Amino acid sequence: MAILIDETTPVLVQGISGRIGQFHAAEMIEHNTNVVAGVTPGKGGSRILDRPVFNTVREAVEATGAQASVMFVPPPFAADAMMEAADAGIQTAVCVADGIPAQDMMRVKRFLRRYPRHRKMRLIGPNCAGVISPGRGFMGIMPPHIYTPGRVGIVGRSGTLGYEAASQMKALGIGVSTSVGIGGDPINGASFRDILELFEADPDTDAVMMIGEIGGPQEAEAAAFVRDHMSKPVVAYVAGLSAPKGRQMGHAGAIISAFGESAQEKVEMLNAVGITVAPNPSAMGATVAEVLQGRHAA
Amino acid sequence: MDIHEHQAKEILAGFGVPVPRGGVAYSPEQAGYRARELGGEAWVVKAQIHSGGRGEAGGVKLCKTEEEVRDYAATLFGKQLVTKQTGAAGKGVYRLWVEEASDIQQELYLGFVLDRKSERIMIVASSHGGMEIEDLAEKDPDSLRRMIIDPAVGLAGYQARELAFALGLSGGQIAQMVNVLNACYRAYRDLDAFMVEINPLVIRASGDLVALDAKMSFDTNALYRRPDVAALRDPSQEDPREAMAADHGLAYVGLDGDIGCIINGAGLAMATMDMIKLAGGEPANFLDIGGGASPERVCTAFRTVLSDPNVGVILVNIFAGINRCDWIANGVIQAYRDIGLDLPVIVRLAGTNVQEGKALLETSGLPIIATDTLAEAAEAAVSLRRQNAAA
Repeated sequence: MAILIDETTPVLVQGISGRIGQFHAAEMIEHNTNVVAGVTPGKGGSRILDRPVFNTVREAVEATGAQASVMFVPPPFAADAMMEAADAGIQTAVCVADGIPAQDMMRVKRFLRRYPRHRKMRLIGPNCAGVISPGRGFMGIMPPHIYTPGRVGIVGRSGTLGYEAASQMKALGIGVSTSVGIGGDPINGASFRDILELFEADPDTDAVMMIGEIGGPQEAEAAAFVRDHMSKPVVAYVAGLSAPKGRQMGHAGAIISAFGESAQEKVEMLNAVGITVAPNPSAMGATVAEVLQGRHAA
Repeated sequence: MDIHEHQAKEILAGFGVPVPRGGVAYSPEQAGYRARELGGEAWVVKAQIHSGGRGEAGGVKLCKTEEEVRDYAATLFGKQLVTKQTGAAGKGVYRLWVEEASDIQQELYLGFVLDRKSERIMIVASSHGGMEIEDLAEKDPDSLRRMIIDPAVGLAGYQARELAFALGLSGGQIAQMVNVLNACYRAYRDLDAFMVEINPLVIRASGDLVALDAKMSFDTNALYRRPDVAALRDPSQEDPREAMAADHGLAYVGLDGDIGCIINGAGLAMATMDMIKLAGGEPANFLDIGGGASPERVCTAFRTVLSDPNVGVILVNIFAGINRCDWIANGVIQAYRDIGLDLPVIVRLAGTNVQEGKALLETSGLPIIATDTLAEAAEAAVSLRRQNAAA
């Protein structure tokens, strides 16, 4: 079924009445997404895009059975929106907002731990493009037309670099099962490792393209997971070979501040566990193609 | 966002951290006055710039007379102090901190940082302070003690005591250290800091702890709710180009190369810089123009990139999701007209409204080189730069 979302997933849009929320909700509906309702405090009882709007996520879940939520909420209110979704029983939430205070995310991550595993919300983002299963639905801000349905999963921190990979693959006739943007913040929801685990278990995914960048420990964690638990081939690229140490490169989390956080060190770690690393960002698609061919030949 | 040492000391003192008595000076006369006001027989004069390594760079001095304080201060004001952290341009000295000299028995290291692995605030401490944490981690890693704080509980008393004992403190110093740790934690938490560092935290001859140096940096995403912290911003310590870009909602980092970059998305921007480097060129900057870029924003991006005199060619790489290629194309055309651009521009457009964008560039009659892929764009930029540099 691809991962995280398909055409059956009932999706809620938090912040649907805002200009941005409404724009992207319309895009999502147009591309097959099963949007069932919206939430905006104070706008309960109205309808937007022919969907009912509720005051709280809890009411929306009770009335519509929504299982996933995408939030278009400004950064100061985003942490609260995530906790509201988690407490209302949402299983998968996507937060797009860029600019959430790090300590708010610290509290959100601590908050999510109060729920038992089967009832714990999976958070994607923040500061991400979202999740798309091409042709079947998406939650986020990506341009859906650049993806072809297929059997390769994509997971990356950067939105636009994920688009770049998808379009390079499309040009070579390679389609995508699901593409996940995990976001560029120092504290985020699902990690590379978490998404790789989902792709490994997904019968519709044959291989994974993983797009990392400088800063943080998550590529190293992913490398250990691939070594110990993955049977499917993983291709990687790490952005920031030319980034100076100690400078923040756009993303709040893209900063080399500790050992093992530079692009060179991450490439070495990934190579060491047998992951094929694309030699440059223009060769992401071609490297996926080579790995897929090698696999069929073997 | 960074602040000055004297500001960090004032903030931490407000939370209960003991700091040496001192005062800020904006002129040599005022520095001398500060020394007289403080009394005693020796003072430390410290240049206030946003950088570590000031001592080695000649920005800190122990002075024995008021005259010496004034004379030394006179040499510092207006100077560009170059430390190993500032880069070759250095940072301008426009204020000094004059404080009572401390009789140092031992130097400790104390830092509070955001630990990305545990996603919590982590304390790092060592009984061997005085050197940079990077050097400490390399030369004396066994002396480092780390402790992670649960955000739902805060710093527990036992954690603070464990750390104090592990650092070899004893007697009344234990209670003093617990107090310092609690104060730093509260300052970190309540003010949305990213980093609090006291290096060195010294034990004076009297046996008492005091913060001899202090550094704080703050989460820019939280400044909206910390107006007192936001007010401490000092533009004199920032790269003027980066400050101008930030004021227009652009993320810009100046680098040493000559190929100017205008890109949407931080990851794609880094990847494009990598591609330039692999093609044999050097990027002049990182610039993420962000989502929903209007023609005006594109123009501002051009102005920012062009303010670097090294730039000899500009590469625009846009993969439009929420952006639209036609807006970007209009922005590039407007930049040519408004700024009087006379450098070659290579544009690579992809994604939403790409055909409209390309058509606009083609019919504009401007000498814009349009490319389809990231590799073509980087190679074109590098070869054009070589031709121009040779000509």
